[in-house]
Amino acid sequence: MLPIVTYTIRVEMQALSIKNLTKTYANGVEALKGIDFTVEPGDFYALLGPNGAGKTTAIGIVTSLVSKSGGKVEIFGHDIDTDLEAAKSCIGLVPQELNMNLFDTVLNIVVNQAGYYGIERRVAMQRAKIYLGELRLWDRRNDVARNLSGGMKRRLMIARALIHEPKLLILDEPTAGVDIEIRRSMWNFLKQTNEAGTTIILTTHYLEEAESLCRHVAIIDEGRIIEDASMSAILRKLQREIFVLSLRDPIHAAPDLKGLETTLRDEFELEVAMSAGDDLNSLFDKLSDVGITVLSLRNKTNRLEELFMGLVAGKPAASA
Amino acid sequence: MNLRTNWVGFKTIVRKEVIRVVRIWVQTIVPPAITMTLYFIIFGNLIGRRIGLMDGFQYMQYIAPGLIMMSVITNSYGNVVSSFFGAKFGKHVEEMVISPMSNATIIMGHVAGGVIRGLMVGSVVTVIALTFTDLSVHHPLITFSMVVLASMVFALLGFVNAVFAKKFDDISIIPTFILTPLTYLGGVFYSISLLPEFWQKVSLGNPILYMVNAFRYGILGTSDISIGYAYLIVGFFVAGLFTLNLVLLNRGIGIRE
Repeated sequence: MLPIVTYTIRVEMQALSIKNLTKTYANGVEALKGIDFTVEPGDFYALLGPNGAGKTTAIGIVTSLVSKSGGKVEIFGHDIDTDLEAAKSCIGLVPQELNMNLFDTVLNIVVNQAGYYGIERRVAMQRAKIYLGELRLWDRRNDVARNLSGGMKRRLMIARALIHEPKLLILDEPTAGVDIEIRRSMWNFLKQTNEAGTTIILTTHYLEEAESLCRHVAIIDEGRIIEDASMSAILRKLQREIFVLSLRDPIHAAPDLKGLETTLRDEFELEVAMSAGDDLNSLFDKLSDVGITVLSLRNKTNRLEELFMGLVAGKPAASA
Repeated sequence: MNLRTNWVGFKTIVRKEVIRVVRIWVQTIVPPAITMTLYFIIFGNLIGRRIGLMDGFQYMQYIAPGLIMMSVITNSYGNVVSSFFGAKFGKHVEEMVISPMSNATIIMGHVAGGVIRGLMVGSVVTVIALTFTDLSVHHPLITFSMVVLASMVFALLGFVNAVFAKKFDDISIIPTFILTPLTYLGGVFYSISLLPEFWQKVSLGNPILYMVNAFRYGILGTSDISIGYAYLIVGFFVAGLFTLNLVLLNRGIGIRE
């Protein structure tokens, strides 16, 4: 008798798959009009859109805080209609609004959350030390949450979301109202978390944050996905960019650079508008020809913001 | 359903609830102790001496089981309604809603918390009662099982209230307009045999009457109603209210948009 050989084909499932997702609230507001998108495992995915676009509703449905009207949601292959418990186990959520017991201690908040995911207290305490330590809250573990600063409360929500070590971390405007120093330390922490293998979905109004952290972007507006591509692909769609050049020596009039639009901001700063296809080498050659030395350059506005405004507000991209 | 996840989740909710009760003991334990002391002094001692015997017992002895039961049920109710509504109001109910714990576990955890507070307050009131009168438990099993079941009924009722409540006023409506009148008319202070026949029949529609009388039977060995019937009614309420809560949570009422 011939031996039976079995082959196992491992199909890499998506971290999140959303198909034709709709939501109409009881008051008749149609928040989602059939959105589709997928997030690959390990991705750092930005979900952007103006206020009221449907981002928080979509996240609410994925995390079971909002009931969907129609469509299908799968988290690491677990359908929320048929396998909700397993789907929920995969997710950690940092919501937009504070949703913790402000009268409870930092440690209790994190350890209780672990308990809700079936993690014994002994293990939860060990993990709490790690995550509260990484987010610089361990020294405040016995303080009640209401005594923390706004930035600390945000970091506490991140620690709480990570305590059960989810495969998919969803952050709904995690850095809103946080000062720049803490924001950047949170970015570093989130980058490390993503590099360690956690898939992250981020919604934010700070487009610099999305551009800095995310590899994939979806833009949602009025309940529909209007853009869904990799960050590099989406940024290549910019038709025009404006650079601000810092000059070594003062100039008193904008130079005439053939084919480029220039504006003098002040005697040490020059704006140059470049179209897609123009290269920076030719710009520097032209500047050298007229005797201008550039010390540094930067984008006048965030590139993603330019594109976002073009897509959402119907404004032409990079209309400065 | 993952039993381990739910068991750890259940223990976490119970632990959280007990810590809450103990942390705010001035709000949870002291007020019922003061109220019940006043009941014993005024109704039991001052007025009770003029009333004489009730069903063959001194009036103080007669009302003691009812007062203990009254403190248990009001505190079981109050604990669950304030805790779960507080969690909704502060949005930290979301911590549980997004977790893989089943809705049944969420209900059972809060009910257990309510029962524990009810029993804690009931124990304090029993100690107070013992400073005023002698009590010897005739049927310990009936006494304990009935106080736990009655506590469960009102903890479950408190959960229903919390699910529907949208503002803090909503959590005081049922205690004020339903719970307190039913408790006072539930045979805590009198035997229904004192009532005219019509009102005796009306009293039989009050579930608290069965709980108070079965508990009194456990302690004093006297009751206005059949004990078996009391268990049947209380059991029916436990099962019915648990099912109702489960249906409400499964439909997302009060916890999901």
